[in-house]
Amino acid sequence: MITAGIDVGSKYTKAVVLKNGAEIVGYANIRTGMDHEKSAREALEEALKAAGINRDQVDKIIATGFGKTSVPFADDEISQVVAAGKGGYFARPSTRTVIEVGAEESRGIKLAEDGKIRDFALADKCAAGAGSFTDAMARYLEVPLEEFGQLSLRSKGAAAMNAQCVIFAESEVVSLVHQNVPKEEISRAIHDAIADRVASIVRRVGIEDDVLVVGGLANDPGFIDSLKRELNTEVYLPEIIAPEYIPALGAALMEE
Amino acid sequence: MAKEFKVEPLKVWNDFKKYREQYYRDYLEAKDNGAVRWAGSAWAFDAVPAGLGEDVYPLTGEPYGATVAFFKDFSRRALEKAERAGVPRDLCGYLRNYWGSIMMDKYVLTDGTEVEPFPKPDFNYTIHICCTHAKWYHRAGELEGDVPTYAVDISVGPGYLLDDRKINYVVRQLEDSIKWMEQITGREYDDELLIKAVLAEADSMSTWAKICKLNQNIPAPLEEKSMFTLYALLVLHRADPRVAELYNKLYEETQDRVKRGIGAINNEQFRFLTDNPPPWAFLNVYRYLEKEYGAVSLGSVYTFGLEGAWLGMDEKGETWRWEPAPTPEEAGVEISNREDALRWTAEFNLRYRPGWQHPYSHKIRKIETLQMIKDWKADAMIMHLNRGCELWAMSELEVRDYLVKHNIPVATYEGNMADPREFDEARTWNVIDSFMESLGIKKLSKQ
Repeated sequence: MITAGIDVGSKYTKAVVLKNGAEIVGYANIRTGMDHEKSAREALEEALKAAGINRDQVDKIIATGFGKTSVPFADDEISQVVAAGKGGYFARPSTRTVIEVGAEESRGIKLAEDGKIRDFALADKCAAGAGSFTDAMARYLEVPLEEFGQLSLRSKGAAAMNAQCVIFAESEVVSLVHQNVPKEEISRAIHDAIADRVASIVRRVGIEDDVLVVGGLANDPGFIDSLKRELNTEVYLPEIIAPEYIPALGAALMEE
Repeated sequence: MAKEFKVEPLKVWNDFKKYREQYYRDYLEAKDNGAVRWAGSAWAFDAVPAGLGEDVYPLTGEPYGATVAFFKDFSRRALEKAERAGVPRDLCGYLRNYWGSIMMDKYVLTDGTEVEPFPKPDFNYTIHICCTHAKWYHRAGELEGDVPTYAVDISVGPGYLLDDRKINYVVRQLEDSIKWMEQITGREYDDELLIKAVLAEADSMSTWAKICKLNQNIPAPLEEKSMFTLYALLVLHRADPRVAELYNKLYEETQDRVKRGIGAINNEQFRFLTDNPPPWAFLNVYRYLEKEYGAVSLGSVYTFGLEGAWLGMDEKGETWRWEPAPTPEEAGVEISNREDALRWTAEFNLRYRPGWQHPYSHKIRKIETLQMIKDWKADAMIMHLNRGCELWAMSELEVRDYLVKHNIPVATYEGNMADPREFDEARTWNVIDSFMESLGIKKLSKQ
């Protein structure tokens, strides 16, 4: 049986193709355009191409993500919470806490031993704990996004940053730049601020090991480093697939 | 598949709607007939001004603020008017709608009709328990142009720790307020009317508790969105004998619904409780849950406890009893003079109103909520993190954690009971869908 999960995120649309609910056979990631249906279709086509599978061989398509209702060709849709929980448990069955940080939202999900969701908390109306925050800050510091996290790791200390909001954080960063604070320290301060924000969301459900971090921001080593310090516990990344694909994987698993 | 239940519209529904419509009109037109108008909190001692005569018309601020909130456009204008005058956004949402309405000099009726000018009361009469109440009407009086205000301080602690000294403190204020009202209105106070009002108040509040208790049945005979309309008369004028009569009619009809297995919704498959004033401009949250998931909201510590009279916490402060409090008749108490009447209304309100108990302690709110979940056989709690009311929002997250520790599923969404600008519909549906999916509750359309 072939199933496909499509996660229409605010920045990227991801698709995962799964065989018999166990084997990942293809995946793809494309920038989300204004036309969500088109983005979903293209992501699916690319994932199918990578898997060497035709569209008519797919038994079921499940959509998730903020644009899940804009995928008319999907057979069903599920919430991001359930998708991330399911995908996280599949990727690492010892996971009890899933932290998902996407471009615009972060969420904490607590799992039972059987993988069922026990509780969840969502960041609401705030981008300070989400990937778009790093985008904005990296842009301001004129550092490519892929180097932004590494920069943080090279920091010898952290500048103090109080802002809980992207808008105010930017003005703090401006001040730090004018004080000639090294970019490494500013990067670390930004990552610490995001980690603090994300941790406060996740603490609402309680942090229980193992902690798995998924979503696009999990690719940022500076964030992961800050999050480990903030939570004072080991955090894991998925090994079977890149962290941003986990909700799409969870969607593909819904048929199981 | 969700089980199908029979449903029927409530026969008394229109009577409740009509009373509410007429209430706002009566207040508006009172001066045409030389009647007395007073305004104040829905928690004011409603029975006390009744002694001024049979032509005394109140306007209670919280329900008026909620009515304003329901009309989004009017509410936006009122809120912006208040904000431009320097009123901060984190103050009580009802208060901001109310002040904004006075500042615009416009009054809105239940059908959305806007009337000018704002009808000013002869006096403001309120209680003071939260940080807002007394100041609300003090400032309203200033805005209206030197309208006198009397606030009764009721902050004497929770009902189960009540003693004579505390009751006397409130009774003395009520006695004093009567003299004050006589001076303001030039009317002679009638103790017989007071007694009649005190009896009606107890009847209304206790009967509402009996009605709420019937929602423990499966299927629930009532759902909370409709209960918002039904409980409204308690916050408008519970000491009016006509209101008591309407609650008795509703009680009789609800008992009959239970007997015949009539449900509030025809596909009840999930029962939940809420805990705060809802976002009044977005009551479609409730309809969404009903329609999509067959989920019925049974009530809340707010809907049941704002104006219902319940036994509440036992003397040890350990067990909460969701049992209707006795009326004077049921308690075998005879009320024959002003002192008896004031003592009864003071003690009855201080002891039996849940809304006057839990602001003193997270512990009370936790215990009463968990007990409600058990007694009403609820599957979960869906909690409105209400930015519009500091008093009702207090303890919410403590209660949430407490319930989760007791394995009760809880979802939270953010909003504001009275400010439509602080509610995000898309995110709220996302929370609801995520929550229901996580519990394995399928949409009715997918079954």
